[in-house]
Amino acid sequence: MTLGARIEGIGLVGPGLASWSAARDALAGRIAYERASTVVPAPRALPSTERRRAGLSVKLALAAGLEAVTNAKREAATLAAVFASSSGDGENCHAICEVLASEEREISPTRFHNSVHNAPAGYWSIATGATASIDSVAAFDASFAAGLLEALARLAADPATPVILVAYDVPYPEPLHATRPVPDAFAVAMVLSSAAHGAGPSIAARLAPGKAQAMRDAGLERLRREIPAARALPLLGILARGEPESTALEYLDGLALRVQVAT
Amino acid sequence: MRPLLISAATLASSLGLGLEATRAALASGASGLVPCRFETAALDTWVGEIRGLDEVALPASLAAFDCRNNRAAEVGLSQDGFADAVREAVERHGAARIGAFIGTSTAGILQTELAYRRRAASDGALPADFDYRRTHNTFSVAEYARARLGLAGPCAAISTACSSSAKAFASAARLIEAGVVDAAVVGGVDTLCLTTLYGFGSLDLLSTSPCRPYDEERDGISIGEAAAFFLLERVPANARTGVALLGTGESSDAWHMSAPHPEGRGARMAMEAALHAASLAPEAIDYVNLHGTGTQSNDASEDRAITALFGDRVACNSTKAMTGHALGAAGGVEAVVALVAIREEFVPPGVGTRRIDPALHARYEIAGGPRRVDRVMSNSFGFGGSNCSLVFGRVESLA
Repeated sequence: MTLGARIEGIGLVGPGLASWSAARDALAGRIAYERASTVVPAPRALPSTERRRAGLSVKLALAAGLEAVTNAKREAATLAAVFASSSGDGENCHAICEVLASEEREISPTRFHNSVHNAPAGYWSIATGATASIDSVAAFDASFAAGLLEALARLAADPATPVILVAYDVPYPEPLHATRPVPDAFAVAMVLSSAAHGAGPSIAARLAPGKAQAMRDAGLERLRREIPAARALPLLGILARGEPESTALEYLDGLALRVQVAT
Repeated sequence: MRPLLISAATLASSLGLGLEATRAALASGASGLVPCRFETAALDTWVGEIRGLDEVALPASLAAFDCRNNRAAEVGLSQDGFADAVREAVERHGAARIGAFIGTSTAGILQTELAYRRRAASDGALPADFDYRRTHNTFSVAEYARARLGLAGPCAAISTACSSSAKAFASAARLIEAGVVDAAVVGGVDTLCLTTLYGFGSLDLLSTSPCRPYDEERDGISIGEAAAFFLLERVPANARTGVALLGTGESSDAWHMSAPHPEGRGARMAMEAALHAASLAPEAIDYVNLHGTGTQSNDASEDRAITALFGDRVACNSTKAMTGHALGAAGGVEAVVALVAIREEFVPPGVGTRRIDPALHARYEIAGGPRRVDRVMSNSFGFGGSNCSLVFGRVESLA
């Protein structure tokens, strides 16, 4: 069964990828991709109290999400949302586990509420005033495709409400880093509307047996393999080139999410 | 939405193992709560534990998934004929046409908490037997359930704190409706860990006695643990009996990370959306199983939402003083409560409540009792302002 949508706007923050507009040429292969540490902008949209409390994953997800909303010329408050991440905030998780392994065991309330997988989703709704449903899904290395599938199914059920998909991952500090070596932060966001109503390139997606497509550029391929949210790169490459093409995104064992892009 | 039949269900919680034990406990008003002796927790609170998890063994081929949370999942999957029912569904639809959507808030984080006590003296490394992917990671329990049941369709963990497993129903329903799958396993699995015990302690939200939802002296939650699973399929044309999911409704508070909107704005939106999806008026609901955690703010906020939508007409109460608050599994636990109430024709008692807070105005039933229950609404609200309401109904009552 194929599910469709239009992509109205994209946001991106990753290693050497400062924003969607800044990264387009490298993703399209028009200029060389040069890796550099991810710079996560400060979340201006958050009230100051929340801004102080927000961890890296929140700032990262908000930055990509807000860029996508701006590029789509939409009001964030009117969108439903799907957040997808392989894990929660790594630094916060480490800090809690360290305290719980000590004699003291005093977790701060902020650390605790930041530990939920849907913390970025919660901060997003506070920052934007969005009161529609927000999902928060995880599927290990298939988390981006799982989020895209969730967003497309949501659009199919309610074509009148556009959906923003935000997929993000942040690194763990040691010792968890050694068990899940995500090297840097990466987030991608897409405002999706129903194929009938929206603007922008249209996509058609379906699950099928097969493997994920690799990136032609070695540096981008390394990035794709290192960070779960960067499994979106083959789709971003097509969208950056702006030509009709199809690709296969990583999903669960033996399956790929095949995505056909028409411009 | 089109109704979806619950063609199999099961629950393991502090009330007991399986649907029959759960039915008997709900009917008699038993409570699974005990003073907290969990692990090394030194907290003055009560908890609801699943009996016997320390002795559970996972199938050998899945031994790498071994942790408390996946043991709870295994207990659920291996009772009430659930795995057999899924096997029959695989024969009907094919393994690739059955999805699995499992709600969890903390997955196997306990395993990581324990591993952090065994870090290497030299470099701080975690012990070699620690398996991040299959125990710690949010997806671990969903991956376990999918592998254990031999499914090959879409699968995700839904992790929106205490609304997780209620929202898993909504995700599954959309994928069935869109035709991506023909059936879906929906689950909720969350188990005791120090993160949630000490975390809720840090917020001063742990009751020092068994929790007392809606009571004027309520002072917080009692944490529980549970594994609930359901098999959802389209209602066959010849279906005569059973319980179906009729509607799902979701919203966000856009208010605060750990406190509900004081007027219950998001709660009301979720309930209205669920009724709308089910094409039902509020009058059609016979019983509301409240989120009803027993904190001051949750019960006050939910009461505003209930009375705004139903007035004082609808019977409602909370079963959390029986099961404990199973956090990400709470939506699954309470979907079983709805199923039992409809099938067995009774409203469970509102255990734990002695004197209803005079500031709350919904028709809170302490006694419960036998009566025909055709449609139940179940509420689940979580951190991040994540709200989900579900409506379940008797198949015979479908228009």
